[in-house]
Amino acid sequence: MAERAQPLGAAGAVGIAAAAAIPLLILLATVAIIRVAEPGSGLTQADWAAIRFTLWQAFLSATFSVTLAVPVARALARRRFPGRGALVTLLGAPFLLPVIVAIFGLLAVFGRGGLVNSGLGMLGLPQISIYGLHGVVLAHVFFNLPLATRLILQGWQDIPSERFRLAASLGMDAGAVNRHLEWPMLRQVMPGAALVIFVICTMSFAVALTLGGGPRATTVELAIYQALRFEFDLDRAAFLSLIQLAITVFLALLAYRVLRHPGFAPGLDRPLMRWDGRTPALRLLDGILILFAALFLLVPIASAVVRGLPEVLGLPQAVWVSALRSLCVAGASTVLVVALSVVMALAATRLRSQGSWIETAGLTALAASPLVLGTGLFVLIHPLANPESLALPVTALVNAFVTLPFALRSLVPACRTIESEYGRLADTLGLQGWVRFRLVVLPRLRRPLGFSAGLAAALSMGDLGVIALFADPDTATLPLQVYRLMGAYRMDEAGGAAVLLLALSFGVFWMLDRGARRADA
Amino acid sequence: MRIPSLGAGLVLAAGAATAGDLPELTVITYDSFVSEWGPGPAVEAAFEETCECDLNFVAAGDGAALMARVKLEGERSEADIVLGIDTNLTAEAEATGLFAPHGGTVGDLDVPVAWEDETFLPYDWGYFAFVHDTSLENVPQGFEELAESDVSIVIQDPRSSTPGLGLLLWVKAAYGDRATDIWSALADNVVTVTPGWSEAYGMFLEGEADMVLSYTTSPAYHLIAEGDASKAAAPFSEGHYMQVEVAGKLASTDQPELADRFLAFMLTDAFQAIIPTTNWMYPAAIPDAGLPDGFETLIQPAKPLLMSAAEARAARGPALDEWLNALSR
Amino acid sequence: MLTLDRIAFRREDFVLHANGSVNGPGIVAVIGPSGGGKSTLMSLIAGFELPDEGRVRWNGADLTELAPGERPVAVLFQDNNLFPHLDAATNVALGVSPCARPLPAARRSAEEALEAVGLDGMGARMPGELSGGQQSRVALARALLTDRPLVLMDEAFSALGPALRLEMLTLVTSLLADKTVLMVTHDPEDARRVARQTIFVEDGEIRPAEDTGDLFANPHGALARYLA
Repeated sequence: MAERAQPLGAAGAVGIAAAAAIPLLILLATVAIIRVAEPGSGLTQADWAAIRFTLWQAFLSATFSVTLAVPVARALARRRFPGRGALVTLLGAPFLLPVIVAIFGLLAVFGRGGLVNSGLGMLGLPQISIYGLHGVVLAHVFFNLPLATRLILQGWQDIPSERFRLAASLGMDAGAVNRHLEWPMLRQVMPGAALVIFVICTMSFAVALTLGGGPRATTVELAIYQALRFEFDLDRAAFLSLIQLAITVFLALLAYRVLRHPGFAPGLDRPLMRWDGRTPALRLLDGILILFAALFLLVPIASAVVRGLPEVLGLPQAVWVSALRSLCVAGASTVLVVALSVVMALAATRLRSQGSWIETAGLTALAASPLVLGTGLFVLIHPLANPESLALPVTALVNAFVTLPFALRSLVPACRTIESEYGRLADTLGLQGWVRFRLVVLPRLRRPLGFSAGLAAALSMGDLGVIALFADPDTATLPLQVYRLMGAYRMDEAGGAAVLLLALSFGVFWMLDRGARRADA
Repeated sequence: MRIPSLGAGLVLAAGAATAGDLPELTVITYDSFVSEWGPGPAVEAAFEETCECDLNFVAAGDGAALMARVKLEGERSEADIVLGIDTNLTAEAEATGLFAPHGGTVGDLDVPVAWEDETFLPYDWGYFAFVHDTSLENVPQGFEELAESDVSIVIQDPRSSTPGLGLLLWVKAAYGDRATDIWSALADNVVTVTPGWSEAYGMFLEGEADMVLSYTTSPAYHLIAEGDASKAAAPFSEGHYMQVEVAGKLASTDQPELADRFLAFMLTDAFQAIIPTTNWMYPAAIPDAGLPDGFETLIQPAKPLLMSAAEARAARGPALDEWLNALSR
Repeated sequence: MLTLDRIAFRREDFVLHANGSVNGPGIVAVIGPSGGGKSTLMSLIAGFELPDEGRVRWNGADLTELAPGERPVAVLFQDNNLFPHLDAATNVALGVSPCARPLPAARRSAEEALEAVGLDGMGARMPGELSGGQQSRVALARALLTDRPLVLMDEAFSALGPALRLEMLTLVTSLLADKTVLMVTHDPEDARRVARQTIFVEDGEIRPAEDTGDLFANPHGALARYLA
């Protein structure tokens, strides 16, 4: 091949090193875990219970989310109404929503003194408890129903509009359209959506931490946390981590093959022109479904805001300090994501067709769940230093790893486009290295970079995972502070802190994402 | 231990200012000890009056989680004293080799056991009990009755919480080999298992459960501090397990002399008088003024139960497995 | 003088051979059926591709190993000639110095070059605010400003309408008179209008440059078929 060898450049070399370092770090953590892991007498009954609970709640969460999402997505696909675009955008919001804020809202709605139980009480019906399996599944459906709806709505949009026109010209009614057009699409899309949600739910530590607990509602990740923080049993934590690793690696690989749309695909705001389903009964049904979905999403968040907003200004100093700490963690995490994803995307572009492994390398960080990675780092660090003293840097690092695959997914194609459109021009003008990056790449990369940075900041801001594993009482981040305040039943302050967290999470996302867009315009 | 007006030490911990060049004594303890209404602030003020030092409380979850933290930090710990484990954990703590002997002579104590421990000193004690609202009908009078009823309870995790561990050993002491059956039968009464006492008591006050594992002394808080007589502890026919809360000096301390002075101070009137109405437990050495009014209304268990430190250490592992197995089904 | 010294270039089942030289200054047209190798030839000269065999020389100096930016070559592409996030003057100034905020001297030269292509006072405009013809003029201004004696135009004006294209060709003739311009075009008429010499490319064979008038007056077999 005589294609001019693309000079890799310093950034490209760093990118390759970074891409290699990530799986290496994961490997190192895994080896550390394996070395420490002590199977003891093998899997105890309680371990089996944790595995069973992990898979069972994930199965229920995925099933409910996807099943409920189908009618909602269909309603959204075939109706036009004012606010539809806003609602579809809202469906993307739970991705950025800090888990602990949602839990606070869900408790306000579904808890003992919440709206739902008050309603049940007035009707003389038995009350429901939000703790244990119910609560975990409820919270997971809250987070994943919107995701499932978006994934399935995408499936609907992918059906060529000509087919609907054809169906209309053949006079098909809603039932026939369902049989011939919709059901075949759903059969393709639903398993993938369910699998993705299943995977997410096996790794959703914060929900298990807040609503689970007790041997009957313990996930494997929660058991890892308990082994470390309750008993300081490193062997056991490591052994459980291996179990969790086995589960997630298997599922993540499976999911990556199935998942094509990350749920951010554009164009979801354009409704299809539909001719079927125009009967008043179907309209009413769709209307009710959309209303239900919107309320299910909005009411918990709104209750959290209503309860917490008046408390924000009176929050104790410790909460503000932890907010500042969270901002620092989010900032560090964002810088890390931006730096890593840019050099890795540049390397992937320079390596051309051989560069696809770079993206895969970024994904390995996801295959090991953040909590397992955290445990590995804990085991690595413990002989050398007090892990608690590194709580914040480790949290920033692990959070960066979580966002990196999303960032690479948008940056790599963008970098490739820039290279193919302007690479040669830049070459003939002798633009190389930093000048080329600053002058050609960065301005055209601003939007995906802003989005990625916003994502990194928001996810890191709201994270309640590794920090719970590492933090000592003095280094709480804001989400951990909300959790502790809730644990102490200081609900007013917890609400205020939750609102602050909500505002900061969406605020940093908005600032970075919009900031980049504005600079671009 | 513990007062029901909750609040972890997070506020204090962040607001704690370092006072100039004074030597600093760091005590790690459980959450409720350092809360605004707990003993922490009063103890700090009282000790700092005489010690020429800066006393610093750090909260680290519930009592049993304190042990995990001590093990985690090992000799790197910056703490000088661990306050808030109980006799069920002292043998385990002793075995870590991280604690130093208290070296003092133990005077007259009002704890219901003879004190021979050379590492740990007690500061208060109490009986575990299930606390309920007096409006609850058909209050169970024992574990079997509780298991048969549909009364809901919140308990604490024995791995992270000393009350949780106390309950584990309570059932073990009362039922021996039948403990597993009792736990299996109780499983459907348990609303949830919290990591610590604060969370559980908070849930109970918010109405999430009919009863909560706490102490016979807990109703005293409602009565004395809030003038509310609506809370009561249920006397159990099997007897009540006791808790003796202790403190010990870490061998890695850089303030050994100051730490000894704190341990000695702990058994003086200045400290002990604070305990009944802030930690809502019986003081380890009853102050001259005696117990506050209201304590005489508390139930007096007919049959106190307590394992020795060595027995508790041996029983803990198997009992924990039984508990996990029974409740995970 | 541009010399292609026994160049061979293979890519899958496509093979390109070139041997010969072009004397400057003046416009040399490169014509031939699509897929014949016109653009590959340009890429080899510009340095985007490396030949498997042979050398590329300019006035005797070997360019073969030089990076595109180090060659005495300016290129006008069919599109994407301008960075859309930089204003016209900055785009032009990139021809002398690669910085986002050109020095006042570079900026003045850029404004002069813009004036030469008939875009007086348009330096602050963004490419998106310019018409297609104006964008081509900006690119031309940059080629004018660079101190590079060899200019490659790869169908640079093919997106423009006939009248506008003629105007641009005239501009090229007058402004780039002292440079050697290789101009790929799909329209033989362009060659006839402005090119002193013409190279015919077909199936990877680069024919020697011939006098345009002679070539069109007396087309040989393959060219005759192409023109027909």
